[in-house]
Amino acid sequence: MHEWALAEGILASAIEYAEKNDANEILEVKIVLGELQDVEQEIVEFALEQMKKDTLAESAKFVFEEEPARFKCRNCGAEWGLQESKNELSSEIREDIHFVPEVVHSFMTCPACGSRDFEVVSGRGVYIKEMKVR
Amino acid sequence: MDPRVKGIELKLRDVKRIIPVVSGKGGVGKSLISTTMALVLAKSGYRVGLLDLDFYGASDHVILGLTPEALPEEEKGVLPPEVHGLRFMSIVYYTQNRPLPMRGSEVSNALVELMAITRWDSLDYLIIDMPPGLGEQLLDLLRYIPRGEFLVVSTPSPLSVHVADSLLAVLTEGKHRVLGLVENMGDGTATAKLAEKYGIRVLGSLPYEQELDACIGNVDALLATKFAEAMKKIVKTI
Ligand SMILES: Nc1ncnc2c1ncn2[C@@H]1O[C@H](COP(=O)(O)OP(=O)(O)OP(=O)(O)O)[C@@H](O)[C@H]1O
Ligand SMILES: [Mg+2]
Ligand SMILES: [Zn+2]
Repeated sequence: MHEWALAEGILASAIEYAEKNDANEILEVKIVLGELQDVEQEIVEFALEQMKKDTLAESAKFVFEEEPARFKCRNCGAEWGLQESKNELSSEIREDIHFVPEVVHSFMTCPACGSRDFEVVSGRGVYIKEMKVR
Repeated sequence: MDPRVKGIELKLRDVKRIIPVVSGKGGVGKSLISTTMALVLAKSGYRVGLLDLDFYGASDHVILGLTPEALPEEEKGVLPPEVHGLRFMSIVYYTQNRPLPMRGSEVSNALVELMAITRWDSLDYLIIDMPPGLGEQLLDLLRYIPRGEFLVVSTPSPLSVHVADSLLAVLTEGKHRVLGLVENMGDGTATAKLAEKYGIRVLGSLPYEQELDACIGNVDALLATKFAEAMKKIVKTI
């Protein structure tokens, strides 16, 4: 499960942040999961619960938020979401994107003009949005 | 906060030495050099990883004769598949042989993602094949992998030496570690001055080999060349 690798990074970053701010404890970590990467929340959550023992995050609560994917064409300005994309993204392609979201540029083109030069405006991947420490 | 940056550090924890193969100018032999070097090190019994970070011009899988089919296995991260005794990672596992046009920020994101998910575990050497120039991949490595030991490749051409000079300026200004220069298709004399200027070594030179292109995709043939012979000598100097 590559979700473990992501969870490992989340926990290590949260702990580093807490240490830098001389906190004694991490109370809450708000994690955003982008729709494009399609990460399994349950696995990330499970991994975090396993790994948090004996760390500053021992009793931390992990809160998840899903962010819809939005794309904007740099060529013609069109905007679209994952659902509206004309290109059929097969489950195999979704799997590739799951590992490295940027490869979406190999598989998707602008539904209006056909360009591959589009920006992933939101919902790309995983990041920490907020943290409560004490 | 981007949790992947910390992830990179964790994934490289048990890698002893990291050698990015760089050049100012394109087409000077980085891909052949990094792949051959990785193969030679692996044949000498070291645990070796090879990472192709040239996203537009990924070549190492072609040199290794690999047609990526299945996705790499997952186990708390992605395990780089074993290819000819190397653990090999490349974006090509994920692009199904389609083009991957990207802007700079996207290149950077793909690099960080790939580095954050790949579980190298313990390695003696991680060789990184880089795209030419002073762009995203170089700047990202300088930032995220400060302990990289750069191997700079140049041909004897003044055009190549000139750009290698710029690259070495960037590396030395930032106090990065430079393993040394390798002169490809020359005898080492054309890059000697440059080495002196920056107080680094010319690790060796690699001969021009007429038949080298014929060995692409055939690892045994590649390892039987004079090019590979010369690489064995270079590897002893690192
Ligand atoms: N020593 C050599 N003798 C003969 N041909 C060589 C030698 N070194 C490299 N070449 C040829 O030069 C070409 C470019 O080599 P290679 O792809 O390794 O360069 P590169 O620096 O990785 O290029 P890029 O900057 O595009 O990544 C290849 O066709 C290769 O066969
Ligand atoms: Mg190359
Ligand atoms: Zn468009």
